[in-house]
Amino acid sequence: MSKMHIKMTVNGQKKELLSEPRQLLIHVLREELGLTGPHIGCETSHCGACTVEMNGKSVKSCTVFAAQADGAEVTTIEGLGNPDGLHVLQEMFKEHHGLQCGFCTPGMITRAHRLLQENPNPTEEEVRFGMAGNLCRCTGYQNIVKAILAAAAEMNSAKEAAQ
Amino acid sequence: MIPSAFEYHRPADVASAVKLLAELGDDARVLAGGHSLIPMMKLRMAELEHLVDLQAVAELKAISVEDGTVSLGAMVTQHDLIDSEELFRAAPILRETALQIADPQVRYMGTIGGNVANGDPGNDMPGLMQCLGATYVLEGPEGRREVAARDFYEAAYMTDRADDEILVQVRFAATTGGYAYEKQKRKIGDYATAAAAVLIEAEGGTVTRASIAMTNVSDTPVWSEAAADALTGTTCDDAALQAAVDAMLADIDPQEDNRGPIEFKRHLAGVILQRAIARAFQRA
Repeated sequence: MSKMHIKMTVNGQKKELLSEPRQLLIHVLREELGLTGPHIGCETSHCGACTVEMNGKSVKSCTVFAAQADGAEVTTIEGLGNPDGLHVLQEMFKEHHGLQCGFCTPGMITRAHRLLQENPNPTEEEVRFGMAGNLCRCTGYQNIVKAILAAAAEMNSAKEAAQ
Repeated sequence: MIPSAFEYHRPADVASAVKLLAELGDDARVLAGGHSLIPMMKLRMAELEHLVDLQAVAELKAISVEDGTVSLGAMVTQHDLIDSEELFRAAPILRETALQIADPQVRYMGTIGGNVANGDPGNDMPGLMQCLGATYVLEGPEGRREVAARDFYEAAYMTDRADDEILVQVRFAATTGGYAYEKQKRKIGDYATAAAAVLIEAEGGTVTRASIAMTNVSDTPVWSEAAADALTGTTCDDAALQAAVDAMLADIDPQEDNRGPIEFKRHLAGVILQRAIARAFQRA
């Protein structure tokens, strides 16, 4: 099978690569582009550890072919913050103990980021419903929800201050 | 999990997609949101030579409500259905149903067309479409044809759609009156153990019209005319509820699987249906 020429904008940078159409987006991100933030958890579109943002949607990158992402804008956890400048969601996960082993965290934060774009002021119930596609086996979710609510409050007050 | 190799196609319009399917024959499948097909490909339970991705076909993403008719392009996602205020005003049961499908990430990708066309008895939209009396529009080499949702499903994964046809649109009349989509599932993201779609119109506390369908209690969705008839003309009292449940139970044929034995499923179907009817009547 011939390889496809794929162009994507990943974390704001234009990327071009050759890929077999059957290659999954998660494999391209991790193996071709070196972005190992999105994790391979269940590989069956249940756990959400591989969640990235594609064209303004939270997607499970284990259930998207690289070929489908041709022309897409993709954001991974690496595009949200870095060790020298954490995203407010990352700060709040740290602050509120929203992680223990950390395996689910990149997917959690990438999903929460999109959730707060669409609903900047969610209730606890809306956070739980909006995060239903991401599984965590350590925290019991309580502190993840707290962290996301705290990040929403922080982002809203920063927005108000800026106005 | 790596699927077997295939060629990828991304046609820009329906005509090109239909032409590709005709040229490529049995070795080709259409890809909508991919959240049923891709997992099957990864497990190699589906192996195909050509994948025809409909994501670039703009005409399949249209939502319209005109003269009381709702039209949904096949590539409208569950997320789009939930997000549209226009659709919520025209047929609020759509949002109620879509919110109970899978999880947020899957709803961004999963489409109405894929959900109704692939023939999985666990999918929620086919039952809802039978309840709504929807029409499916299919396009193939010989042009377009229409099929009633109530006539579309033949058996699990077997539908009236021919291999060289694409389901391009779903159409139904805007609803009035009460509605409910009630679903029992083991956990978030699961398919229904049993689910019921109910529409009820009432005047002065008496049911004037009803439509009732259930999901995942047979190898196809089950639209029960007898269950609806049992409610019509009643005040939806306990006797009428029981008559509707009895009528539905005569029409379903659940099978034992990891969601439970037949006896449990029949019991549950009755409970879910009663709840759906009660809620729809309350809203009527």
